[in-house]
Amino acid sequence: MLILGIDTSTTQVGCAIGGHEGVIASALCAKGRRHAENLAPAIEFVCAQSQIELSEISVVAVDVGPGLFTGMRVGIATGKGLAHALGVPMIGVASLDLLAFAVRFSPRLIVSAIDARRSEVYYALYRQVPGGIQRLGEHSVGSPEELASQLSVRREEMLLVGDGIHRYRDLFVDVPKAEIADAGLSYPSPASLVQLAHARALREEFQPATEVEPIYLRKPDAEINWVTRDRS
Amino acid sequence: MSPDVISADAPILGIETSCDETAAALVCGGRTVLSSVVSSQVDLHARFGGVVPEIASRAHLDLIIPIVAESVVSSGLSDSDIAAVGATYGPGLVGSLLVGVSAGKALALAWGVPFVAVNHLEAHLYASLLEDPDLEFPLVVLLVSGGHTMIVRMDGPGVYEILGQTLDDAAGEAFDKVARFLGLGYPGGPAIDRLAMSGDPAAINFPRAMLDDGYDFSFSGLKTSVINWVRKHPEVEAVDVAASFQQAVVDVLVAKARRAAHDTGARGLAIGGGVAANSQLRESFLDVCVRDDIRGFLPSREMCTDNAAMVAAAAWYRLNLDGPSPLDTGAFPNLALA
Ligand SMILES: [Zn+2]
Repeated sequence: MLILGIDTSTTQVGCAIGGHEGVIASALCAKGRRHAENLAPAIEFVCAQSQIELSEISVVAVDVGPGLFTGMRVGIATGKGLAHALGVPMIGVASLDLLAFAVRFSPRLIVSAIDARRSEVYYALYRQVPGGIQRLGEHSVGSPEELASQLSVRREEMLLVGDGIHRYRDLFVDVPKAEIADAGLSYPSPASLVQLAHARALREEFQPATEVEPIYLRKPDAEINWVTRDRS
Repeated sequence: MSPDVISADAPILGIETSCDETAAALVCGGRTVLSSVVSSQVDLHARFGGVVPEIASRAHLDLIIPIVAESVVSSGLSDSDIAAVGATYGPGLVGSLLVGVSAGKALALAWGVPFVAVNHLEAHLYASLLEDPDLEFPLVVLLVSGGHTMIVRMDGPGVYEILGQTLDDAAGEAFDKVARFLGLGYPGGPAIDRLAMSGDPAAINFPRAMLDDGYDFSFSGLKTSVINWVRKHPEVEAVDVAASFQQAVVDVLVAKARRAAHDTGARGLAIGGGVAANSQLRESFLDVCVRDDIRGFLPSREMCTDNAAMVAAAAWYRLNLDGPSPLDTGAFPNLALA
């Protein structure tokens, strides 16, 4: 089984191919914000370098956010197009889950946070469990100040990861018993995506391309304004 | 001509997501439409009085694969028959364009066929050729929509000159703004068209800006004079305002297109874009073609409004002129025609 993983929910554009034997090939670029321009050539590149034909891919895994709306739509539209054309199923994985998965060997509470712009972060909390991680509660969006004070009262060992943490480093650096993970782990990794998707593929947790949906966590501005107007 | 010429009976999949229509179509040789599926999001945007870009992008992502699949199924062919994929890469809403471009590139990559980036305006020009294979060049095309108003001289596939365009609002924008002012809701074009049918187009003599002056247009003054007139004459019938406003727009559009055709010695006059679905414009346009004894062409209403058949047609011509587009093609929201 070969899985193609696509990750574009942050400023990073990445893809990877892997399967039973782990990750075989990957390509990453975290600068330039050229999601649509870089992704298809990157997929072509990893296939060529690993001498894998796209027709050998049996699952397309995609990071479904939360993250940058336009960026994640590029990845999801690409993933849907590939899966549809190849006639293979998809697996959608949340960006925050990917961040936590990459640091799953820590017994501490894991907090992943992605920069949501507009002075907010997307975040979620995780615990290590045998073979992976378990999310405590829902993916959320809120101010980094709120998150920092929520974490401060927990008084337990924790590891904070993601570009949402680094963007607001000043707020998180003083959270008691918290360590901030390296900037190098700040973006969801397509390699983690392939690994996590592999575990799900073994459990046959597939989705058809038409059913993969992004996790937005925010309504479009116009709808928010509409609701406010309706109430006034 | 590039060596990658695609045969005229090889079906090309066209994808259109530049605004609020998610569309896919299969067309052979820029002429033969095998299928054309259009899903309009107009209901999603109506309560906001216009297209909301983020809502449009979200809907495109939900709809793109089902619409592509439907276009293939309704053509009676299968995926393996598709020889190339063309997708609109501009002009339009960037978030919407990116969904179509990304999906289009992925389909082409996985099927191992060429990808072609298509200019939406160029696609509108090919809508005429789709339905009338006998059109001859040079051709003058009046392209009128919510986003664009221009007169283009077309000397052959890929050879265009913009003779004139709007200096402010697009014609469709003027319809939307006047409709909003009259409380007719969104979209404004069809609403005014319907209302105008029972009104008197000569009731109010609204200004015809720059009527005898070059090929450029200006519609923002007209919108203002409609508003001022209604404020001064609150007793006026809305049907007469709609009919008179519409007549003023149509008079300017048709007069300029007619003059451009005459001045450039065009052998044909065509019309395209969403506003070309307007009943009064269609009638005046045909009338002028008969009077001037010029071959006129009026695409069906479905071919005037945004669709993917015109994208697939344009993709065929582009492929034969320039070959495939690179896979690092992005979206260009302000892409120009020429
Ligand atoms: Zn259009």
